[in-house]
Amino acid sequence: MNMRRLIAMTKRVLLQLWHDPRTLALLFLSPALLMTILKYVYWTNPDLFQRVAGSMLGVFPMLVMFLITSVATLRERSSGTLERLMISPLGKAEFIAGYAIAFGLASLVQATAVSSYAIWVLGLKIAGLQITLIYAAILDALIGLAIGLAVSTFAKTEFQAIQFMPAILLPQLLLSGLLIPREAMPRILHDLSNFLPLSYAIDATRKVISNQGSILNDSLIIFLFLTLILSAGSLTLKRQTK
Amino acid sequence: MLPCATARFATVDSRTITVVSAAIRAFNLNVQRGKNHILHDLTVEIPRGVVMGLLGPSGSGKTTFMRSIAGLQRIASGEIHVLDLPAASKPLRSKIGYSTQSASVYSDLTCIQNIRYFASLYLHNEKTPEEILEDVDLSRNADQMAESLSGGERARLALATTLVGSPDLLILDEPTVGLDPVLRVQLWKLFNKLAAQGKTLLVSSHVMDEADSCHQLILLRDGRVLAQGTPAELRLRSGKSRMDEVFISLIGAA
Repeated sequence: MNMRRLIAMTKRVLLQLWHDPRTLALLFLSPALLMTILKYVYWTNPDLFQRVAGSMLGVFPMLVMFLITSVATLRERSSGTLERLMISPLGKAEFIAGYAIAFGLASLVQATAVSSYAIWVLGLKIAGLQITLIYAAILDALIGLAIGLAVSTFAKTEFQAIQFMPAILLPQLLLSGLLIPREAMPRILHDLSNFLPLSYAIDATRKVISNQGSILNDSLIIFLFLTLILSAGSLTLKRQTK
Repeated sequence: MLPCATARFATVDSRTITVVSAAIRAFNLNVQRGKNHILHDLTVEIPRGVVMGLLGPSGSGKTTFMRSIAGLQRIASGEIHVLDLPAASKPLRSKIGYSTQSASVYSDLTCIQNIRYFASLYLHNEKTPEEILEDVDLSRNADQMAESLSGGERARLALATTLVGSPDLLILDEPTVGLDPVLRVQLWKLFNKLAAQGKTLLVSSHVMDEADSCHQLILLRDGRVLAQGTPAELRLRSGKSRMDEVFISLIGAA
């Protein structure tokens, strides 16, 4: 891993994002809008808002990063720039880490803005620290990024890449404990959810909201998943085609 | 060992330079993509410091051959040596510039940002990004977003991205396609200038009248080398003057 190339890679991805004000606006406005809707949907049941909104703070960055990453890497493939990079000295790990750092920074800003909005404007109460919540949200974002990167190799078009969202992310969302606590699910689904990274992401945000228990274990497990998915993703970045 | 049939001397701009070793040597190269056999026992040698034109109809294997040299295409059998190293070996990554048929640049970056980014991937850059843009006559467009460039400007930007680092070999896949005649002449002048600086250029085209801008030509058809030589040699051999007639007559002779 060469520091200079890694910085160049990160800077380039951030520059591209910076040149796309519409995406930047959507990055902040759409989660804020959804949180506001959620607030009024649960107007008669504020406790439920507390429960769902907290988890949602982790879900938004994941969905957004999944979409951005899968489309961005697919664009690199279809425009030929990935091939251009593969014959340059840039390493695969530098390519992936560059995206991870750039989008990680974007989700840091997103999570800070959206959680601040939820706490100060919508009156979301969190028992833990806001900074821990932001940390958990970034972990969620990185899960989305890793899955998005892995998925982009199986998609030939951006159209297909987006179809992977309902196919891969939504089942995780249903099993993650967002709808009902994981413990209350049938045994087999509960066991299954133990193998899905999003479950630990939701667990972590929930623990911060209620300030019950440490999220150290959850974040370790998430890092393990990240390493696995990202290495699988880097294996699919081929320098040579058959 | 490769048969070194081709001359160890290449005539460039009427000067004779000594060629230490070939830039590219392919020996019995076979490439298969899926069920299609794209390249058949291709054996060629390309000297250093020349503009080598790779001509042939579309589907003749030009792109596959170029990708094999760049190390992007897995080969079924045979050997390719590029700058005395096996193709696809790591040290070659800082020595080869390659541009694909579609201009592979980032549309959402400005020209200078594109060049700065690609340049930062190389440890050693012989030119600054500004000088490279100057070379391809894009200095005025430095701060323009690549997506708003015209077709010709975009093609030149893609060419500029191959000039970063300190490449000894430039592989350019149809760099002049869709450009107006004035621009094409400008680009071929630039290719010759780069060759005069000692770089080797492999340039593909399916426009036969571009052949005369090359020092040497490889005519490719159905994944086989139809002929290799200077434009004058190929004319002499076929007895025709126009390059497309030369091509047709060589097909007939094959």
